[in-house]
Amino acid sequence: MPLDMDLTPKTVFDTVGTRPVRPDGNDKVTGRARYGADMAMAGMLFGLVLRSPHAHARIVSIDTSKAEALEGVKAVVTRDDFPALDGDETAKAEAEENLWDVACNVMARDKVLYDGHAVASVAATSMAIAKKALKLIDVTYEVLPHVTDVDEAMRDDAPVLHDDLFTAGLDKTPEKASNICEYTKITTGDVAKGFGDADLIVERAFVTEAAHQGYIEPHACVAAISRDGLADLWVCTQGHYTVRTMCAAILGMNQSDLRVTSSEIGGGFGGKTTVFLEPVCLALAKKSHRPVKMTMSRDEVFRASGPTFSTSMKIKMGVTNDGKITACEGRFSYQHGAFAGSSAGYGATCSMALYDCVNIDFDCYDVVVNRPKAAAYRAPGAPMSCYAVESVLDEIAQKLDMDPIDLRMKNAVKEGMSSVYGPSFGPIGFVECLEATRDHPNMKAKLGPNQARGIAAGFWPNYGGQTSVSVNVTDDGNVLVSLGTPDIGGSRAGMCMMAAEELGISYDRVQAIIADTSSLGFNDTTGGSRVTHSAGMATIEASRKIIEIMKHRAAQVWGIEADAVVWEDGQVRPSGPNAGDNKPMSFADVAAIAGSTGGPIAGHSEINAEGAGASFGVHVADVEVDPETGQTTVLRYLAVQDAGKAIHPDYVEGQYQGGAVQGIGWALNEEYIYNEDGKLQNPGFLDYRMPVASDLPMIDTVIVEVPNPGHPYGVRGVGETPIIPPLAAMGNAVSRAIDRRLSEIPMSPPRIVDAIDG
Amino acid sequence: MSRTHITTTVNGDTVEFLCDPQETLLDALRDHLGLTGSKEGCASGDCGACSVMLDGRLVCSCLVLAAESVGRKVETIEGMADGDDLHPLQQKFLEMGALQCGICTPGFLVAAKDLLERNADPSETEIRYWLAGNLCRCTGYDKIIRAVMETAADMRGA
Repeated sequence: MPLDMDLTPKTVFDTVGTRPVRPDGNDKVTGRARYGADMAMAGMLFGLVLRSPHAHARIVSIDTSKAEALEGVKAVVTRDDFPALDGDETAKAEAEENLWDVACNVMARDKVLYDGHAVASVAATSMAIAKKALKLIDVTYEVLPHVTDVDEAMRDDAPVLHDDLFTAGLDKTPEKASNICEYTKITTGDVAKGFGDADLIVERAFVTEAAHQGYIEPHACVAAISRDGLADLWVCTQGHYTVRTMCAAILGMNQSDLRVTSSEIGGGFGGKTTVFLEPVCLALAKKSHRPVKMTMSRDEVFRASGPTFSTSMKIKMGVTNDGKITACEGRFSYQHGAFAGSSAGYGATCSMALYDCVNIDFDCYDVVVNRPKAAAYRAPGAPMSCYAVESVLDEIAQKLDMDPIDLRMKNAVKEGMSSVYGPSFGPIGFVECLEATRDHPNMKAKLGPNQARGIAAGFWPNYGGQTSVSVNVTDDGNVLVSLGTPDIGGSRAGMCMMAAEELGISYDRVQAIIADTSSLGFNDTTGGSRVTHSAGMATIEASRKIIEIMKHRAAQVWGIEADAVVWEDGQVRPSGPNAGDNKPMSFADVAAIAGSTGGPIAGHSEINAEGAGASFGVHVADVEVDPETGQTTVLRYLAVQDAGKAIHPDYVEGQYQGGAVQGIGWALNEEYIYNEDGKLQNPGFLDYRMPVASDLPMIDTVIVEVPNPGHPYGVRGVGETPIIPPLAAMGNAVSRAIDRRLSEIPMSPPRIVDAIDG
Repeated sequence: MSRTHITTTVNGDTVEFLCDPQETLLDALRDHLGLTGSKEGCASGDCGACSVMLDGRLVCSCLVLAAESVGRKVETIEGMADGDDLHPLQQKFLEMGALQCGICTPGFLVAAKDLLERNADPSETEIRYWLAGNLCRCTGYDKIIRAVMETAADMRGA
């Protein structure tokens, strides 16, 4: 954040807080909008990937000669076409993941590590020929023992995925390789004393299965490379700069030689923050000297793109008889699929960030197993840990015969309290969310037999990050905003609204585009609920620069000093004793004289945004459980969350509703099911059952607004938090409905029937 | 493998293309006719993103062979607006924020239009069951269902 930016919170708005039609809307309701798979180029080939049928195997040999000989096949690539990367070099790049891991995931090296791991790829003149060619590739495997369960993977006798993986985070690095990639200890206060002060202690173990992000658009890209190595990549992604970083590093290219254009994106939720097909597609394009298009099938999306983590957790919590939490002990084991990750500590931290408890002791384990490399999924790591903690809190509320909102109110963090992750909280809206929940009419709805109400809360710290924005003024007085953060849920509308607000012009005079990587400075990926905060901040700063330029231009025309010009109500006006009797000029008036007063008028902003404001939320699920079938029906659902300031309330509500429903699906049905061979059993929408419209009621929302002082308009990111409370809200509702405490997600009908039958 | 010559009607226009026997209507629309508004989300009839009308019947175009469209009438999202005028459902989806990423939107619009032509006054439950074959991962369906309900009310009043 630039030090000179005025963050005095704005409280009166003209455009912000209204609900205009989004700039990309018309194209999206008429079929014109172009997504990843909607691009075609002349002479384009079709690429497909050959994937491992084994959960864990050594690749003895790959013979591609028959495939290469097939008429219409123009290129085949394997591990031999990708350079080995130096681990230290890859860590320097602007990517959050280890790039050697990413490279080994997009194309297997000596071993395949999960069912679906890529081993070879072909480009051919038609999809039919490419399919035929895959069958002609002869791969010899030496099948190895595998492990897909997180607890089993942590055992001493478990098959080890990586013989060079030694647990990080221990006092002494172990000499024996294992599947535990990282250990994190989080400890504050004195847990023994805290439990000594407790009147009631509840201890329980929990398990959550992995869920997939479930975006409706499969991964897709089109790559083309000239003979001198200049490359174009069209791709659906949450972060085209990250795609550039990763592809350039994996293929040994200059980032300046690779222009990445982000298509419209058909959902991501964290799953499109890395690369899968993209480096392979570029390699095929390079080898064939033809443009190549690749799309994943739904089967491939499930088997080979990142689901979230499955977990095994234990929570022990102590409280006094009046409901004050005295201590919390936890053990969190998260599996990240076949490559190292680091989320257990993060999840654990989020789980107790909501409550004022000084005595905490968490042991956190990050683990690798023979499953696809995990990717972020909306608030990565937090829904599971909060499920465990919020379930224990609900059990405590029942045992103390206390209202679950009162219990949370008694322990809720407030401004000035220190957070479990370090810094003290500024203004936050947890108490306001609890109050809004308590006052909502849904809380008074009567419940019948087999029906119950479940309540849970969630927290996400939010993020800022590197952001570049350009705002250009046209000489007819209109405005173009160039952004580098792919728009998944309406963010272009939000940026146009903030630019219009700052410049004092109407919303319909502002347009926004997502620029390609060669047209605008670096931007971190759209993720962590960062875009409305950080790209909004950059848009506002760029707009303020335009105002300063316009004041100087007016001063020049009027022949007065720039400090005798003020900006009021979207106009430049002379002000003060030395300003003279000059007629105010509108935004359009100044735009029209840009050429004669010094040239184009534009503002730009390059920041590493700080000041992200934490967002708290509270969800309430009313359910009915059929005790015979174990089927759960959601009767009512309420999502309350602090948005700081809702720029476009429709899309804030949309985040609350969409996140809640993803959480409901995860809570009730969605899971990765593996058989004994380590093969995924349900890689399709029929067997991986996501919620459909008839499964659900309306999702009621309340937008709480406690402004974030770190953003000029008070914005808090809202995308992550809504998926955190649903697992526990649903778990608490179902547990109360069947009068048995459940501890496994998803709560699919067989699991509920088993619980009822004891 | 010889390709088949197909003549059919798409959004009122007579069109011709050559296709392989195994190609779907969705492949033909997207790859041969450049009509990419219909999307492939699953290729198994589970997500509804490829919904089109075939002789007045709502189908997943990923489950229809291109060769089956000979001499029939296909209507896609690209034919839904009338010149500059959006269909009332399209307009309402925009006004009510009934889309986020938008990839499922064409399928929802095609399916919802068919519903309102069959039933001018559907209940919320009827709308939810009619649209149960269309997956949306962003919205939780709330604003989509509300937009269809409001459009139906507006069209009845008009």
